[in-house]
Amino acid sequence: MENIPTTADIVKEENLVYKKTKVLTDNILSYCPGCGHGTAHRIIAEVIEEMGIQDKTIGIAPVGCSVLAYNFFDIDMQQAAHGRAPALATAIKRLLPDKFVFTYQGDGDLAAIGTAETIHACNRGDNFTIIFINNGIYGMTGGQMAPTTLPGMKSSTSPYGRDTQTMGNPLKITELVAQLPGTCYVTRQAVHTPGNVRKAKKALRLAFEYQGKNMGLSFVEIVSNCNSGWKMTPRNANEWMEDNMFPFYPLGDIKTPAKLEL
Amino acid sequence: MAKVKGSIVIKIEQCKGCEVCVPTCPHEVIALSKNVNGKGYHYLEMVNDECTGCTNCAVVCPDAVITVYRVKKVL
Ligand SMILES: Cc1ncc(C[n+]2csc(CCOP(=O)(O)OP(=O)(O)O)c2C)c(N)n1
Ligand code: SF4
Ligand code: SF4
Ligand code: SF4
Repeated sequence: MENIPTTADIVKEENLVYKKTKVLTDNILSYCPGCGHGTAHRIIAEVIEEMGIQDKTIGIAPVGCSVLAYNFFDIDMQQAAHGRAPALATAIKRLLPDKFVFTYQGDGDLAAIGTAETIHACNRGDNFTIIFINNGIYGMTGGQMAPTTLPGMKSSTSPYGRDTQTMGNPLKITELVAQLPGTCYVTRQAVHTPGNVRKAKKALRLAFEYQGKNMGLSFVEIVSNCNSGWKMTPRNANEWMEDNMFPFYPLGDIKTPAKLEL
Repeated sequence: MAKVKGSIVIKIEQCKGCEVCVPTCPHEVIALSKNVNGKGYHYLEMVNDECTGCTNCAVVCPDAVITVYRVKKVL
């Protein structure tokens, strides 16, 4: 490190421009190196900090790699049975309508075992936020095919690639819930580049703001990587995601409220 | 005077060496070390003094390992 100049003049409190938010705990994340779950956690926590709602927010952790999310967010959290986070969020939000309530769910949790809970919460328009991490695979259990697995995509249960003739078609559940009258805001984002992280953070902020205005269910999908399940290095997984996931799951807003009055 | 306008502080023991921050740096300031941390990961380090404090690397780090400083006026 001898060719590095002294940074003592710069590394001072008054020059601080970015540090880890206090809405995350000091626990080391249990995620694999480079996994988008960590980045998604961080920007959710930053939005909670910036909105000043740390003591008014209740998160629901799913089953999946993020089952331990309650160890990482310094907010009230409850862990739900697999796929049932929207049902639990409905109950919590109805009992405590002044709280900000969000679920955090993977694609296996939200779009396979929890499909009914997802669709009915979105159709009812219960007033909470769903954050949906779509990595196209069951990460935690060893990379099995999920409803979101792309046509031709390899997984541990589709080792030659997903054959839609025998394994069915991938489910674009985000487009599906956008059709339902109860959703006010439906968007698809990513967190692998600085620009995408900044956009995704704005989307999460909007989702929480709409919830604060009782506008219905806000739904933020984050297309993410599972480098362990995809069997790639984190950098290659991010490139693969751009080349393969984004054409099928295009980024951007799918449904926005008629008028923004923020 | 070095032309540094920004600097980062890396929590070496928390870095998982995933390298996703490396391509986001506009000035190629950061790279993985040849050495490893206590967990055996090649951790991130600064390799030159071109940092502008743009925060790109910190914003994509899944493990919130990077703190960024920037001097408002060039020294
Ligand atoms: C009722 C029930 N069925 C099955 C499982 C096994 N299981 C654990 S995690 C998981 C899928 C997780 O995948 P996903 O929701 O995509 O999250 P990821 O791990 O990829 O973040 C499954 C099927 C379980 N824990 N409980
Ligand atoms: S298995 Fe996949 S989703 Fe789970 S922590 Fe590892 S990279 Fe992330
Ligand atoms: S703050 Fe910007 S310039 Fe400095 S190391 Fe990080 S990415 Fe590079
Ligand atoms: S993104 Fe974070 S964890 Fe990954 S190499 Fe960079 S500093 Fe380390």
